[in-house]
Amino acid sequence: MQLHISTGDGLPIYLQIASQIKHLSASGRLAPGDEIPPIRVLAQQLLINPNTVARAYLELEREGIVVKRHGSGTYISDNGSPLARKERLKIIMDRIDALLVESRHLGIDRDELFKILKERQQHMQPQETT
Amino acid sequence: MSTSSPPVEIQGLSRQFQNKLALDNVSLRIERGRVFGLVGENGAGKTTLIKHILGLLRAKSGSVRVFGLNPVASPVQVLSRIGSLSENRDLPAWMRIDELLRYTAAFYPTWDKGFAEQLRQQFGLDPSAKIKNLSRGENARAGLLLALAFRPELLVLDEPSSGLDPVVRRDILEAIIRTVADEGRTVIFSTHLLDEVERVADELAMMFHGRVVLHGPLDDVKQKHRRLVLRFDAAQTLPPNIEGALGISGSGREWAIICNGKQDLAIAAVTRLGGKIVAEEPASLEEIFVAQAAGVQAITRNPA
Repeated sequence: MQLHISTGDGLPIYLQIASQIKHLSASGRLAPGDEIPPIRVLAQQLLINPNTVARAYLELEREGIVVKRHGSGTYISDNGSPLARKERLKIIMDRIDALLVESRHLGIDRDELFKILKERQQHMQPQETT
Repeated sequence: MSTSSPPVEIQGLSRQFQNKLALDNVSLRIERGRVFGLVGENGAGKTTLIKHILGLLRAKSGSVRVFGLNPVASPVQVLSRIGSLSENRDLPAWMRIDELLRYTAAFYPTWDKGFAEQLRQQFGLDPSAKIKNLSRGENARAGLLLALAFRPELLVLDEPSSGLDPVVRRDILEAIIRTVADEGRTVIFSTHLLDEVERVADELAMMFHGRVVLHGPLDDVKQKHRRLVLRFDAAQTLPPNIEGALGISGSGREWAIICNGKQDLAIAAVTRLGGKIVAEEPASLEEIFVAQAAGVQAITRNPA
C-alpha cells in the first residue's frame, strides 16, 4: 500500500491517510479482505507518529471501511461499506470538475465536450467486458 | 518514588544572559509517552530550555523537575534515564567506534548490546573508524546510537537534524518514532523544520523571544487555526486591521488572515469593513508560525 503524506497544507495527516485508504478501496486497488499494514509498520514507512496512524485507522473503522480482527490485524471490510458509492462518486466528481475547468480554459463548449466524451467512450468499448 | 511524576515539569522558569532575557516565565508539563516538538526562531530560547532539562544550567528562578527530580541536584539519577543528542556533538575524537560503544555502555546498566549492534549496522558505522575521521552525518548517527542504545525513558534531541542531509534526518525521525512506539517512552525535540514537527509530534510549543506563545496538542493547534480569504469590492492600499486575526497578508482586493479560534470576531470585523469571506480552510503549521511571529513582533514594537 503506497500512501503519500504532504505536510505543507493544513489537512491533518490522519485525514490524509484515511482519505487515501478510502480512495484506494473505492478504486479497487485495495480489495475487500485485504490487510492494511500494522500501525507501527505504516508509521515507520511514512515517518509519522504511530498515534496519527492509529487515529486514521480508528476513523476508518468507525466509518465501516476497515475492520479490526482480534489479535490478527486490520482489513478492508467485506463490500458493505456504506460510503463506498459516495467515495466513488466523489472521486469521479473531482475529475469531472477538473475536466470542466480545463475545457472552459481551452474554449471547448459543452456540446463539443459531450461529443468528445462519447467518442472516447466508443473508442474504449472493445476493451470493456460488457 | 518518581514513577508517577511526569517526565518533565517546568514552572515559571526565567533566565537572563547579560541584558538578554533568554527564558521568560516558561511553564511546561510534558506527559509520558508523548512526542513533544519545540519550535522557534534561532535564539528563541529552545537550547537554553533544553539545557535546563538536562541539568546543564541551574534554574535561577522557577523550577525544573525531570521525573520529579531536580536535574542539577540529582544528575546521576536523571541522566541515567535521558538519552540526548545536541547540535554540537562532542564525542571523543581519538576513539574508535567500537571503543566508544564499550566506553559508553559502561555508564548505563540498561545498555542493550544487541540493539546497539543492530543500530551500528543500520547506520553503516565501521567499528574500526576513528571518531575524528567521521563525516558530519556519521557523527550524528554515532551520537544518535549512543542516545538510543540504553533505551532511555526520555529522549531529548536539540536541533538534531540541523545541517544534515535528508537520509540522516530520516534516521533521526525513525529513531523518534521507534522510541515512542515503545510503550511509555517520551521524546522532546527542538527544530526549526516544521515538516518534522508535523510528522512526528503529538504536542507542540512555539517559542519566541524566550516565551512560549503557543502550546498544546498538535491536532488542537491545527484545528483552532483557520485561514480565511477575504475579498473587498475596492482595492485596499494598506492591510486592513481585523480584530481577532493573528496576521494578515495579501494585496489589492484579496487578503488572507490567520485566526486562532476567534474567527467570529474576525468575520464580524470584515463585514463591518465591507468585505466578505470567500474561503475558509485549515491553516498550515508554517502559516501559523509566521502569523504568531508577526503577532509577537507587533507586541514588541508597540508594547501595550
